[in-house]
Amino acid sequence: MEAADIYSLLQGGYEDAVYEFTPAADGIKDAFCKVKADRLVDVCKFLKIDTRCRFDFLQCVTALDYPREEILVSVYHLYSYKHRHSFVLKVEVPRENPMVPSVTSLWNTANWNEREQYDLVGIQYTGHPDLRRLLMPDDWVGHPMRKDYEEADDYRGMATTRYSVLELLAAYDKEHPQTEGERPRIVEVDPDKE
Amino acid sequence: MSDLILQYESGDEMTVNMGPQHPSTHGVIRFIVKTDGEIMMDADPDVGYLHRSIENIAEKCTYEGFMPYTDRVDYVCAMTANHVWAAAVEKLADLEVPERAEYLRVISDELNRISSHCIALGAMAMDIGAITPFPYALREREYINDLLEELCGARLTYNYHRIGGVGWDMTDAWRDKALRFLDRFEPIIDEFNRLITGNPIFIKRLADMAPFTGEEAIDWGFVGPNLRASGVDFDCRRDEPYSVYPKLEFGVPIGKGEHGTTGDSWDRFWCRVEEWRESSKILRQALDQIQGTTKGEFWNKPKKLKPKGEAHARVEAARGDMLCYVVGDGTANAYRARFRTGSFNAMQAIREKSKGLMIADLVALIASLDVVAPEIDR
Repeated sequence: MEAADIYSLLQGGYEDAVYEFTPAADGIKDAFCKVKADRLVDVCKFLKIDTRCRFDFLQCVTALDYPREEILVSVYHLYSYKHRHSFVLKVEVPRENPMVPSVTSLWNTANWNEREQYDLVGIQYTGHPDLRRLLMPDDWVGHPMRKDYEEADDYRGMATTRYSVLELLAAYDKEHPQTEGERPRIVEVDPDKE
Repeated sequence: MSDLILQYESGDEMTVNMGPQHPSTHGVIRFIVKTDGEIMMDADPDVGYLHRSIENIAEKCTYEGFMPYTDRVDYVCAMTANHVWAAAVEKLADLEVPERAEYLRVISDELNRISSHCIALGAMAMDIGAITPFPYALREREYINDLLEELCGARLTYNYHRIGGVGWDMTDAWRDKALRFLDRFEPIIDEFNRLITGNPIFIKRLADMAPFTGEEAIDWGFVGPNLRASGVDFDCRRDEPYSVYPKLEFGVPIGKGEHGTTGDSWDRFWCRVEEWRESSKILRQALDQIQGTTKGEFWNKPKKLKPKGEAHARVEAARGDMLCYVVGDGTANAYRARFRTGSFNAMQAIREKSKGLMIADLVALIASLDVVAPEIDR
């Protein structure tokens, strides 16, 4: 089924939940529609169970950060093995209080996907059975994939930056007594001459 | 320590740490295993030891400049990771790829798939105690490494694909070498089957172990050989065609539960062995058909690459279909890139499946799902 048909199906039962259908055109290669956060689980349930849709495979959950619009977006790529069609859902939530209901009750694979996006971008997936950090250490501060993330100088006493080798060489040039301010030269030895 | 022993003797659960430096976890993965005697009650995977934030690096360098990093998404099968990034950006920027480049991509992908399965199958046999097949599989992999080194200069992290094509053309001499390799490799598959796949001890060890039904496999988001072993007839190359795969004929091996339940560990092993055969078939056709394309036309180098919009691409990698989702904002860097890989989904299913298995089966389960740590952590 085409994306537009799926959207019109959704409009039939969930006209108050879905809005702003964007067809595939110009830069947008995959048609998507936006869903209100509080109705996400209902819409996903319909898409999974309805025989015309049968989206049994949640391919991927991605979180996007738009600091200028002050929103975070949770993107869901759905695919149906039965009908071999795909669809994309987007949920926009405010950056200050990003709460998106979890879809783990529908697809088990959402579990780690949502944990990862919570870890890296910081969307709170409400109703998730086990919302812990996945890739970063448990006591990490901040969400590294946010656009305004600034890395701390150290983590548990370990420096997060490393000196550049070039800077070290420059320091070596200056400080080493034998170089007299010049970089040491590599002398090539010809083994045949000896 | 004495507390742990006391717990064990009183029949309580004992918590054992497995990894991160464990030879059979295929990288650096840690499991927190709760056991009652030899039976596992829970095995909680702790991943992230190989996290390099590759998706974040994608936002900080140009589309072309990110290509070498995609090798590191999956260093056992780097070619398909190259391919999925190139495919996603080309889809986003509406770029045409020359036909010869598409054939070269298919050839390099399939060669890499064979070598990746060599590691997967050899290591799986070794993990459960059969040491002999490993050097046999690795010997074949060395030939492929030599071939790919001649094609692109690297043996492991290739950086071969480019946005709009591939980096270098192949020579006729290289084509002959590749064909000679296939002549040699095809009988080896049967030899490998005689050596390990049909071995009664091996079958007894793996049949009926940790089976996933078709619904379970889809629910957990399994892809590639893991999904097909559970009896789901889906292959990205055939059902969501990309590149020149529609012009090639090949079969898709599906798990039948020959020695036990459909979707058990032996089925997953067998599916990969059969994929060797199919890859070899694809390679022969592609090496034949590439003769009809123009030499030297292998890269449409894009003049300006500042796409705006979003696109996702799927490519069948050795560990199942890999998805790359790119969002562009009209600058030379991606606004967001996301890689969804096969190992990531397979890994999270281990916790559910491990309940009630023996500790020794955990190693076999990880190996049969062909989990590779950098692909999980990225």
